[in-house]
Amino acid sequence: MHPAPSVIVFTTLSGLGFGLLFWLGIGLPAVSYLGALLYFALAFALAVGGLLASTFHLGHPERAWRAFTQWRSSWLSREGVCAVAALLVLGLHAFLLVFFGKSIAVLGFVGAALALGTVFTTAMIYTQLKTVPRWNTPITPVLFLSLSLAGGALLAGQGWAALVLLLIAGVTQIFWWLRGDRAFSDSGTDLASATGLGSIGTVRSFEPPHTGTNYLLREFVHEVGRKHAQKLRVIAGVAGFAMPAVLLVLFGFGWFAMALAALLHAGGVAASRWLFFAEAEHVVGLYYGKR
Amino acid sequence: MTLLPETTDKKLGLVIDLDTCVGCHACVISCKGWNTENYGAPLSDQDAYGAEPVGTFLNRVHSFEVTPDETPAQLIHFPKSCLHCEDAPCVTVCPTGASYKRVEDGIVLVNEDHCIGCGLCAWACPYGAREMDGEAKVMKKCTLCVDRIYNENLPEEDRVPSCVRTCPAGARHFGDLGDPSSAVSVLVEERGGMDLMPEQGTKPVNKYLPPRLKDDISTAAPQPLAPVAAEAKGFVGWLDKMLDTV
Amino acid sequence: MKDGKVAYIEGNRDHPVNQGVLCAKGSAGIMQHNAPSRLRKPLKRVGERGSGEFQEIEWDEALQIACDWLEPIRAEDPSKLAFFTGRDQSQSFTSFWAQNFGTPNYAAHGGFCSVNMAAAGIYTMGGAFWEFGQPDWERTKLFMLFGVAEDHDSNPIKMGIGKLKAAGGKIIGVNPIRTGYNAVADEWVGITPGTDGLFILALVHELLKAGKIDLDYLARYTNCPVLVNRDPASSEYGLLMRNGEGKPLVIDHKTGELAAFDAKGVRPSLSMTLEVDGITHVPVMHLLAERYLSEDYAPEAVAERCGVSADRIRAIAAELARVAFDEAFELPIAWTDFRGEEHATMQGRPVSFHSMRGISAHSNGFQTCRALHLLQILLGSVEVPGGFRFKPPYPKPVSVHPKPHCKVTPGKPLDGPHLGFVEGPEWLCLKDDGTPARIDKAFSWENPMSSHGMMHMVISNAYAGDPYKIDTLFLYMANMSWNSSMNTAGTMKMLTDKDENGDYVIPKIIYSDAYSSEMVAYADLVLPDTTYLERHDCISLLDRPICEADAAADAIRWPVVEPDRDVRGFQTVLVQLANKMGLPGFTNEDGSAKYEDYADYITNHERKPGIGPLAGFRGNGESHGRGDVNPNQIDRYIENGGFFVSHIADEAAFMKPWNATYQDWAVKMGLYDSPQPYIFDVYVETMRKFQLAAEGYGERQPPDHLRARIKEHLDPLPIWYPPFEEGLVEEDDFPLHALTQRPMAMYHSWGTQNAWLRQIHGRNPLYVPTDIWEEHRFQTGDWAKLSSAHGAITIPVAHMAALNPKTVWTWNAIGKRKGAWALDDDAPEATEGFLLNHLIHELLPAKGDGMRWANSDPITGQAAWFDLRVRIERVSAPQEAAPVFPPIKSPVGQGPADLAWKVKS
Ligand SMILES: Nc1nc2c(c(=O)[nH]1)N[C@H]1C(S)=C(S)[C@@H](COP(=O)(O)OP(=O)(O)OC[C@H]3O[C@@H](n4cnc5c(=O)[nH]c(N)nc54)[C@H](O)[C@@H]3O)O[C@H]1N2
Ligand SMILES: Nc1nc2c(c(=O)[nH]1)N[C@H]1C(S)=C(S)[C@@H](COP(=O)(O)OP(=O)(O)OC[C@H]3O[C@@H](n4cnc5c(=O)[nH]c(N)nc54)[C@H](O)[C@@H]3O)O[C@H]1N2
Ligand code: SF4
Ligand code: SF4
Ligand code: SF4
Ligand code: SF4
Ligand code: SF4
Ligand SMILES: [Mo]
Repeated sequence: MHPAPSVIVFTTLSGLGFGLLFWLGIGLPAVSYLGALLYFALAFALAVGGLLASTFHLGHPERAWRAFTQWRSSWLSREGVCAVAALLVLGLHAFLLVFFGKSIAVLGFVGAALALGTVFTTAMIYTQLKTVPRWNTPITPVLFLSLSLAGGALLAGQGWAALVLLLIAGVTQIFWWLRGDRAFSDSGTDLASATGLGSIGTVRSFEPPHTGTNYLLREFVHEVGRKHAQKLRVIAGVAGFAMPAVLLVLFGFGWFAMALAALLHAGGVAASRWLFFAEAEHVVGLYYGKR
Repeated sequence: MTLLPETTDKKLGLVIDLDTCVGCHACVISCKGWNTENYGAPLSDQDAYGAEPVGTFLNRVHSFEVTPDETPAQLIHFPKSCLHCEDAPCVTVCPTGASYKRVEDGIVLVNEDHCIGCGLCAWACPYGAREMDGEAKVMKKCTLCVDRIYNENLPEEDRVPSCVRTCPAGARHFGDLGDPSSAVSVLVEERGGMDLMPEQGTKPVNKYLPPRLKDDISTAAPQPLAPVAAEAKGFVGWLDKMLDTV
Repeated sequence: MKDGKVAYIEGNRDHPVNQGVLCAKGSAGIMQHNAPSRLRKPLKRVGERGSGEFQEIEWDEALQIACDWLEPIRAEDPSKLAFFTGRDQSQSFTSFWAQNFGTPNYAAHGGFCSVNMAAAGIYTMGGAFWEFGQPDWERTKLFMLFGVAEDHDSNPIKMGIGKLKAAGGKIIGVNPIRTGYNAVADEWVGITPGTDGLFILALVHELLKAGKIDLDYLARYTNCPVLVNRDPASSEYGLLMRNGEGKPLVIDHKTGELAAFDAKGVRPSLSMTLEVDGITHVPVMHLLAERYLSEDYAPEAVAERCGVSADRIRAIAAELARVAFDEAFELPIAWTDFRGEEHATMQGRPVSFHSMRGISAHSNGFQTCRALHLLQILLGSVEVPGGFRFKPPYPKPVSVHPKPHCKVTPGKPLDGPHLGFVEGPEWLCLKDDGTPARIDKAFSWENPMSSHGMMHMVISNAYAGDPYKIDTLFLYMANMSWNSSMNTAGTMKMLTDKDENGDYVIPKIIYSDAYSSEMVAYADLVLPDTTYLERHDCISLLDRPICEADAAADAIRWPVVEPDRDVRGFQTVLVQLANKMGLPGFTNEDGSAKYEDYADYITNHERKPGIGPLAGFRGNGESHGRGDVNPNQIDRYIENGGFFVSHIADEAAFMKPWNATYQDWAVKMGLYDSPQPYIFDVYVETMRKFQLAAEGYGERQPPDHLRARIKEHLDPLPIWYPPFEEGLVEEDDFPLHALTQRPMAMYHSWGTQNAWLRQIHGRNPLYVPTDIWEEHRFQTGDWAKLSSAHGAITIPVAHMAALNPKTVWTWNAIGKRKGAWALDDDAPEATEGFLLNHLIHELLPAKGDGMRWANSDPITGQAAWFDLRVRIERVSAPQEAAPVFPPIKSPVGQGPADLAWKVKS
């Protein structure tokens, strides 16, 4: 899949944002007034920024409101609904905290659930796609959630939680990658099934239907070199999980260590997200002799 | 509405004969022509006369090479457009309801006025049957020429999809695949019509007729011809004999 | 149509040929019609030739310039004008113009296209493949296709294939490349290029040996029973025995008596021989048996060369025999033949053949096409139910076709039509000194039977001043500096070279094109044409009509939109020029103009009394074929959807050359003036006459250096010889054959200006077979250097397994020159697309004696595009495909970036 930079940067950021919102919702840390203002401002900036960005790549953002209507069938619609609900609920929660120093726990917990729900629905948009075998696994939401929670924990200054969650996310990530590398061939979809011609002999794409490019090739066919991908995986693994964890272990949970860890983590997640798209192969590529 | 109908009254679709398609692209262009002038926004082209021309097409013809173990390699021309799947994942993913499957005939359509151009339906389609238009920024797909097949302004015999009408080889057939007695269903039955990517669970309505067995003359041919005479002289003798009989 | 603009193009169901279907090019007609590359106004060259620097001028000035150039030539020596009209569909009109101008130098593109196919068919059976005949798609069960990628009659072929398949019939495709029709063929024979003749004659060998031939058919309808002089010492050695009226003679099987072939009730014998004055005469059938039963034609003897196993050849022969004879059937249609014999039924043989440039565009193409006709005829499958059928105006024997004329008189018309079918040395177009009378050397000893002329030799001959110098080169509708010419770089040089005085070697060039093609830049005066939706056209029975086997049909196009540019239909421009010059056929006795424009000509011109360009709705609108001029004829055509059809009665639908009812119908339609029954010339006596001349007999004698070549190649019975280029280059240096194929979705050079089609074919790789691919360790995305004896190109490659192992190929005419067709300079057509034409020379490499023959068939002069031999080497990917030519300045600017084409209503 085409790794559009905007989508990568902003899914990364909104993941962090909703992660942070989760922690703030459940009152960790329990902030109010100025502290609440700073924390929530950061969280909202990240989350809303991500959402806004996702409307940039729409052909008709002016009709975006229609995307809330199909929550009964569409994960994308559900994501929208969840996100707006999360922002509204936590917005109210934040408002009360910032201006009145008042925390209504239920509101916070509901908001936190909605924040997690948003991350989950986002993940499900990808997970549901049988057409992209690498994504089409329950591990995808686990990965998204664990990353979001870990990142949120780092930002929220939840040292131990962050450490544990980083470990979980790291393991999930490795597991996700390893599974992902087999996913396409395990999916049972290949050029033989795509064309139905497998029973005659080995099938090969001879000539594409057009010598130039098209929407499908631009959107779905992206080839990354194996070496390049491995390098990025190492970078993502080291920056996103290992180094933050090591930092926390070596230097404790002070704000500087936490902030540095969070930054490193965000960078690592961005790299992982780039790979998430770039390495994902859509089955339509088969028709073009690509996978 | 992006919930799929339980069942549809008809299952209108195409049957494509891979044994007959010569890969001429006539269907590709007539589709582009018809759908540019009709349903929804025109199918636009960017950089039309430049270095990287790219435009929207609803039907495209691939070519595959298949190499059997014993006989020579074969080339198979392979037209592909929306298969109007029964379990159309492109419909259920659509957040706006712009994508829908019609109850009356099973055609999968996009309401372009509601489409936000998010592209998710194209992600969900395993067949590459949807393309976002570069100019209108809405999703385009095969409409099964819904504006032809019911079009009272057209003579009855022309109420078939543009690509079907134009296909010179007669490799494209249109009809109700839900009706087991329809001509298309009979064809599918007789020729072992198949689904593309059945494992994707989309239950395509369109079917593909596989190529017939090829290059079997040496095995299937009758005995080699027996000589009537060894050389020219004998042959002339034979001629004499034969001429008396004709 | 929406608001006077063209919105959507759809096929016409009632159209006799297309029956409602349209190909990709047809459907993309809107893009063609609206192409930004359309020329806008007459152009006068202001820069150097080839630069593309022009000034737009008014039509008055353009016509005046042309007249100022042409009138003096006509007064002095009309042959100083060479008028060649490329892909002309109005040849009966353009040739009429040229004839009235008085130049012998006229032809259209047939010589570089497929004249071998046309000539071999007409000389052998009075009609050819090309678009002049078709299989009986309804009834044929086995269809064998030789060397066709797309062809002219492409929609009917596709419809036929569909029909045949639906009915359970089988297709055998003989082609080095398996795409398109050959991809859907049930059996693919991946033959080595240039060897079809051998393969076919091996099939003939097998069939003869097994006696699986239609003796009755051969005896009645072919010259197999005609007697041949067998005395090597006779001046008539090899000629046919004829009676006083010149009719070929046979022996009547019943009486044993000599008889004219067409005498009432005669049953010609295939075996009896006759001795007259000590000279033995044997029927052609004996010669046939003698030659083809020879072990030289045994499957084993040809298998390796053809790249087809002996077993496969045998199996195919057996299958042909099985279907032709075991699945034979009779149609219950009574008919009477030309000998007066009545038949209760028509014998059907459900085997049919079709073929085109794959076998004709070789230097052995004429003989190969003849071999294929021999095969068809031996099976008795021509003009019979289930077999191959002619479309009117065919069948038509050679004798009824015109003969070429070349007598030039200053200020006067030529003595007759330019092109035709010679029947011996006396008809060659030679000057009194024996040198060629035509600039292209057609109908000369170098290629005596060049029925379509040799447009591909005009530029190089004019440049060399051989056989003479010309003053003005006037071209129409042919991209002669690019994809239609061999040796592109050389051609561009010839077009731009100057002599010692600084004048162009080819002094003046006039060109008519509708678009900004590569050729435009090389003209001094450009006459911009309309597109086909903006003008009158006439697809006439006198030309290349649209007939079907059971109907005669012709058609018109008429302007459905007004041009939005200052352009004129070329035919109308010719009328205007003729009027300005007062050319005889265009001028009334009182000096006034006969025709105002082309539409006027189409309606009012009469070739012979009662016969005009259009056959339908003559006279009061009710006479067809023959009839007076009808001033409302064009309107009647438009009312009828643009065409006219006259169906042939069932009892005349088959056996046409011999069928009395058909002959009468043909006379009524004006196809000829009296019934012309004839027998197929399995043995072509005309060729023997040329051989006799080469052996020293007769008045007109070839130059000595050509004697051996004529003796060897003009054999009256089909032979096979290796393509010329093969004999002149070392096999090791150039081990591979290189071919082109027409893409179904692209029309030569001008499909590219079509924004839709160029997305399908915007660049073209060279396809390489598996062994070579692996041997050179090629990988996807690689490039190669491809060299021939003449030059080298650097191009992208791709792998193909369904390909003859000694062959590489690419799609034809995708490569474009920078600056042409209103495309960006970095369009993929110009940076990655390429032509094989850069590697093909119009002359062959020098022989031992230093002579360079034309790269053409020695019989017809057909350009031998597919004889090309090459060598391939892997190279690292360059910036762009080589050779790179400098961009030409576009006279129309560049096309717009984006298209969203809705015609708002
Ligand atoms: N390598 C290789 N070369 C080949 C062949 C091959 O197989 N391989 N095939 C050969 C054969 S068979 C042929 S026929 C030639 C074809 O080659 P061409 O005869 O050159 O055919 P086109 O490229 O169609 O070019 C014809 C010219 O006519 C112009 N034209 C189009 N429409 C109109 C019109 O309405 N009016 C006027 N005045 N001009 C118009 C086009 O713009 C173009 O410049 O190529 C030959 N060259
Ligand atoms: N779409 C489209 N249609 C066209 C045209 C076009 O440009 N585009 N051009 C028109 C014109 S001008 C013409 S002349 C016709 C020509 O129509 P075709 O005769 O179909 O012309 P080509 O594409 O040159 O195809 C030649 C075929 O012969 C095969 N071949 C080459 N050498 C040999 C050989 O030695 N033996 C055998 N058996 N096969 C061989 C090649 O692989 C190729 O398949 O098409 C006409 N129709
Ligand atoms: S082919 Fe693709 S676009 Fe069409 S219905 Fe099926 S999934 Fe949807
Ligand atoms: S692109 Fe349009 S049709 Fe497709 S999912 Fe998005 S809104 Fe629905
Ligand atoms: S049915 Fe209509 S829209 Fe669909 S591919 Fe055919 S022509 Fe195009
Ligand atoms: S028009 Fe028919 S033969 Fe041509 S590519 Fe389409 S399906 Fe195949
Ligand atoms: S083959 Fe030629 S005439 Fe026929 S539809 Fe195509 S472009 Fe038109
Ligand atoms: Mo041609």
